[in-house]
Amino acid sequence: MPKFFDEMYAESASGKVRGHYREFEAWLAEQAPETIAHKRAEADLIFRRVGITFAVYGNDAGTERLIPFDIIPRVITAAEWHKLEAGLAQRVRTLNMFIHDIYHEQRIIEAGVIPPEQIFKNAQYRPEMQGISVASDIYAHIAGVDIVRAGVGEFYVLEDNLRVPSGVSYMLENRKMMMRLFPELFARYRVAPVAHYPDMLLDNLRSVAPAAVTDPTVVVMTPGMYNSAYFEHAFLAQQMGVELVEGQDLFVEDNAVYMRTTRGPKRVDVIYRRIDDDFLDPLAFRPDSSLGVPGLLSAYRAGMVTLTNAIGTGVADDKSIYPFVPDMIKFYLSEEPILNNVPTYQCRKKEDLAYTLANLPALVVKEVHGAGGYGMLVGPASTKAEIEDFRQRLTAKPEGYIAQPTLALSACPTYVDAGIAPRHIDLRPFVLSGKRISMVPGGLTRVALKEGSLVVNSSQGGGTKDTWILEK
Amino acid sequence: MLSRTADHLFWMARYTERAENTARLLDVNVQTAMLPQSAESAEHGWRAMLSICELQPHFDDKFDVLTAKDVIDFMVRDPNNPSSIVSCLRAARENARAVRGTLTTEVWETHNATWLEVQDRLRGSRLEYDPSQFFEWVKYRSHLSRGVTIGTMLIDEALNFIRLGTFLERADNTARLLDVKFHSVEPTSQSRFQSQSQSQSQSQSQAEGDADSDAQVDFYYWAAMLRSVSGFEAYRKVYRNVITPARVADFLILRGDMPRSLLACMEEVIANLHKVGNEVSTDTERFAGKLHAELRFHRVDDILREGLHDYLTKFLERIFELGNRISKDFLVPLTA
Repeated sequence: MPKFFDEMYAESASGKVRGHYREFEAWLAEQAPETIAHKRAEADLIFRRVGITFAVYGNDAGTERLIPFDIIPRVITAAEWHKLEAGLAQRVRTLNMFIHDIYHEQRIIEAGVIPPEQIFKNAQYRPEMQGISVASDIYAHIAGVDIVRAGVGEFYVLEDNLRVPSGVSYMLENRKMMMRLFPELFARYRVAPVAHYPDMLLDNLRSVAPAAVTDPTVVVMTPGMYNSAYFEHAFLAQQMGVELVEGQDLFVEDNAVYMRTTRGPKRVDVIYRRIDDDFLDPLAFRPDSSLGVPGLLSAYRAGMVTLTNAIGTGVADDKSIYPFVPDMIKFYLSEEPILNNVPTYQCRKKEDLAYTLANLPALVVKEVHGAGGYGMLVGPASTKAEIEDFRQRLTAKPEGYIAQPTLALSACPTYVDAGIAPRHIDLRPFVLSGKRISMVPGGLTRVALKEGSLVVNSSQGGGTKDTWILEK
Repeated sequence: MLSRTADHLFWMARYTERAENTARLLDVNVQTAMLPQSAESAEHGWRAMLSICELQPHFDDKFDVLTAKDVIDFMVRDPNNPSSIVSCLRAARENARAVRGTLTTEVWETHNATWLEVQDRLRGSRLEYDPSQFFEWVKYRSHLSRGVTIGTMLIDEALNFIRLGTFLERADNTARLLDVKFHSVEPTSQSRFQSQSQSQSQSQSQAEGDADSDAQVDFYYWAAMLRSVSGFEAYRKVYRNVITPARVADFLILRGDMPRSLLACMEEVIANLHKVGNEVSTDTERFAGKLHAELRFHRVDDILREGLHDYLTKFLERIFELGNRISKDFLVPLTA
């Protein structure tokens, strides 16, 4: 494993603490081990009682699990955040322009920046959206951009999640938990607050209602309580004070969407849907799905209701489109990208495939349409058999994969069985787009709890940490 | 409010109340089983309980002979018995989880904690050693959830549907509890019970004299029942007189100041129903209003003349009908 950047001890060898972590280290040294053990147990108990859980698919279908929470915060300086914030805004603004362009003039294809087959052969491209106007020309109202730190500490964008990114509830609950467990820390540090996220979100959702509506009714739409992120859906609806609906609660009449209430039908204007495109409307997409609302697409196309995020945003966050984002920024904004992309080999290209096949043990290979840490190969951490298995899959269907160098993700000290040890982390800030772009300082820090592991997904045994953006 | 949300709230409250009342019902049996009696009549007591819960066939499918331990297990921790306490608490929690955004954090946490703790309590053999302690715990969790609900929820529609669920279920359960005696008495003493009730006004002293030892058993039985509805002291306070079946019936059916009586439950039902009333619910309100008015103006002698069991059977049918009407007018219809 290559050497990694340590968020707390920049150079792990010398053991020198980075300036903004000094106060924390001093505090930690003052704490008796029993106190910490007690607090960690308390955190577990509270999360379980509050029911902050997620459902796991696969082996233990239907069971609820806690996402492990680590009490050592991930701290980011004001200067670092300042750059991230500017880079994120630039990136998300561009991606929204890109989606609008794809479903309208397609200037970027005409200009030869992106080959047309990359768009039109992409399963995430939705011809139903061609020529449809959406409020404020915004498609990805809520984006969760995955950021990693590598090398000597530079930030990279790993993935743009523009469909139904989740995790923001953990960001909020983690902060609440830290303030409850260690109030004294917040006296020592000036940590930028995040608790206003639900207000910001509601404001953003209201701002993209159909133009004719003055006092829009917003709802959160969930696939139901057995969905892995159900806690978050319920949490956001409650925090915003709006209804949490399922498909069966809605119906469409004369292209208007209504919800069934105890006092009869009520008109709905904005649907923050936490359900994939495919399941939205059985008449338009998957006919076997009972999660959606028949006629919803037609109402949407008629401009009678806003869906956030819009249908068809997947065409912009797909791993096969990802390599083009820096060029998009230059094309639409005539700016240099502030945040870097991870160098990416597109296996659909002959030379990239050859390089990938020759260097499999050193690379990370991902499915173009994969998510959640499923179906990927981390070369340095894999057995020969696993690598050979991937080689065959790659040769059989090269266009289904991309490859990236194995980044030495930065690490943060984390409580593990043996005490405190560095574990690899990433960061998912949440960017809201409506009349303007806004975000709360920070995001969700995920941590790979297994030693040496680079996979932070909660479905793969990852945990979370509170993320502190320091105010100057 | 979403119909589905109201539906979950309504059932959350019903299951919570049902768990509590099942605990009360079991406790009364555990208590009376300690009275000196034949093995046969002890078994009668347990059978009666299964019968009023409409669970006798389900139980017989599972067990060849009836033992107190099996009945308690079946009614407390059997996950395949939809009316067992553990099933009710799970259903209450699942319904709460489905609408956790509508509940205050405290209400949700109460239901969630109850569910987490009941699994813990039912591990091992604690239940066997001290069932009453477990029943007490179930009761207190129900008290807590009701108190937290009233103390933290907005006084709005959501609360109305929760209260509707609570009192509709309680009316049903109190009626069943009162009817358990009918199911348990053997044919001979049953007629005695009937005649004693009927002749009460004319020749009470004679009837009491005839069945002196039975009356003593009866006393303990009715006392246990009163305790099971937390009504023993209240009964003394209200009547300042010996415990008779007729007075117990009066107390649990017609006394508006007894919080578990049928009348008190129906007062809450009509009040909450009135608050949520919509364009299609007029008939349902009328139906509930009639039931309520009858309770208000009935006399216990009339009820006993008609026959307590017949009266309660009819009442249970009408409560069932009322529940269906509420589902149809406001919630997610049961047949949908």
